[in-house]
Amino acid sequence: MAEIIQEEKGGKRKAKKVAPHIDMTPMVDLMCLLITFFMLTTAFAKAKVMEIILPEKITDPNYKPPSVPTARTVNIILGPDNRVFWYPGVVKPEDYNNLPPLNETDFSATGARQMILEKNRTLARKIADFRTQVTEGKIVLTPDSVRGTISKIKSDDDTGPIVLIKAYKKANYGNFVDILDEMNICGVAHYMFVNITWFEEKMVESAMAAAPTKPASPK
Amino acid sequence: MPKIKLPTKSPHIDMTQMVDLFSVVLTFLMLTTTMRQPEPAQVDTPFSISEKPTPDFNTMTFLLSKDGKVFINFDNGPDTLLKFRPKILDEMGKRYSIEFTDKERREFQKYPSSVGVPILKMKEFLDEKDSKSRDPYQVGVPLDSTDNQLAMWILCARQVNPNIQACIKGDSKTEFPVVKKVLDILQDKNVNRFNLITSLEATKINLDEIQK
Repeated sequence: MAEIIQEEKGGKRKAKKVAPHIDMTPMVDLMCLLITFFMLTTAFAKAKVMEIILPEKITDPNYKPPSVPTARTVNIILGPDNRVFWYPGVVKPEDYNNLPPLNETDFSATGARQMILEKNRTLARKIADFRTQVTEGKIVLTPDSVRGTISKIKSDDDTGPIVLIKAYKKANYGNFVDILDEMNICGVAHYMFVNITWFEEKMVESAMAAAPTKPASPK
Repeated sequence: MPKIKLPTKSPHIDMTQMVDLFSVVLTFLMLTTTMRQPEPAQVDTPFSISEKPTPDFNTMTFLLSKDGKVFINFDNGPDTLLKFRPKILDEMGKRYSIEFTDKERREFQKYPSSVGVPILKMKEFLDEKDSKSRDPYQVGVPLDSTDNQLAMWILCARQVNPNIQACIKGDSKTEFPVVKKVLDILQDKNVNRFNLITSLEATKINLDEIQK
């Protein structure tokens, strides 16, 4: 600044009028920094929730559990080390000394999902057909009634499996969410989370003894 | 021929427009941002296909860490305006005959994340100056059958706010017995509806697979 004033005093030259040019580079630098900071700290994707409703606890000792058709029942047992086992039907008291073997599967698209889908095909197809009809505009419904109709299709269904999900004591929470997710993906109408029984724990232990390591998933 | 020397001038870019644009973006980000609250334990939520967003208010969140500790949080949304948090703390204090001062109540109200402090240590925890010195108190809420403070918290929260919903935020590596225990305690208190907090994962089942 001082220089300019001196120049004006010394030489009588008129200072050229130049529009003041502010160097904005540092400002841009700073803003870049701030934008980056805010972008990184912003939680853009809000966490999602998966709703689960558990059956009420029954305290009445005289209560008899509803009978479940054996043929449609599938038991899924979450094991340790991300392993997952299943067996169809029910173990009767007379079979306690001769427990059926467990089948092992995994959480990939060719594992548990295929197994469940295999059993749930009729219902899954019904839901998929309904959805295509809605997207193609053959049926015009509000989103709420679409959801309502799907849940009606589900509750009317009497062909799909009844899945009982049980967790062995060394299972982890991620597997629990995974298997519930599979139920949602496959559109299983009836599934519930129940306590593991002593003979099922035994079955898991013997299955673990038979195959100590997880078999490689077929690709 | 004499060479004409052009004065080498550094090119001058007018950055004004750039600054304008940046200002707009910056303002937008600043206004929309909700800061990620630091949680007392790092939690990687499992993935699911569910697209339902987390409820904004009327929630109590149970944070289950990898090492089996349980933390609770009553949300920071409109509830803080309605002063649910201090009321819940007062309820808890009544049951354990602890009197909280106004300052402690305010501290609890504005505490930004989950707490996992045994109620007997709560006073000391709230009297601490900064979050660094508070950390050692975060040992998880006791939930064994002799001293089931988690059940008490649930009871108090439901008493103060009957519409409260239970959310569970667990790490995918959390051992299942911990989860089971929390679910059991909740069910004992007649809470049968849970929201499991997950991250979104796009999975589609093959339609041909069904049509087979």
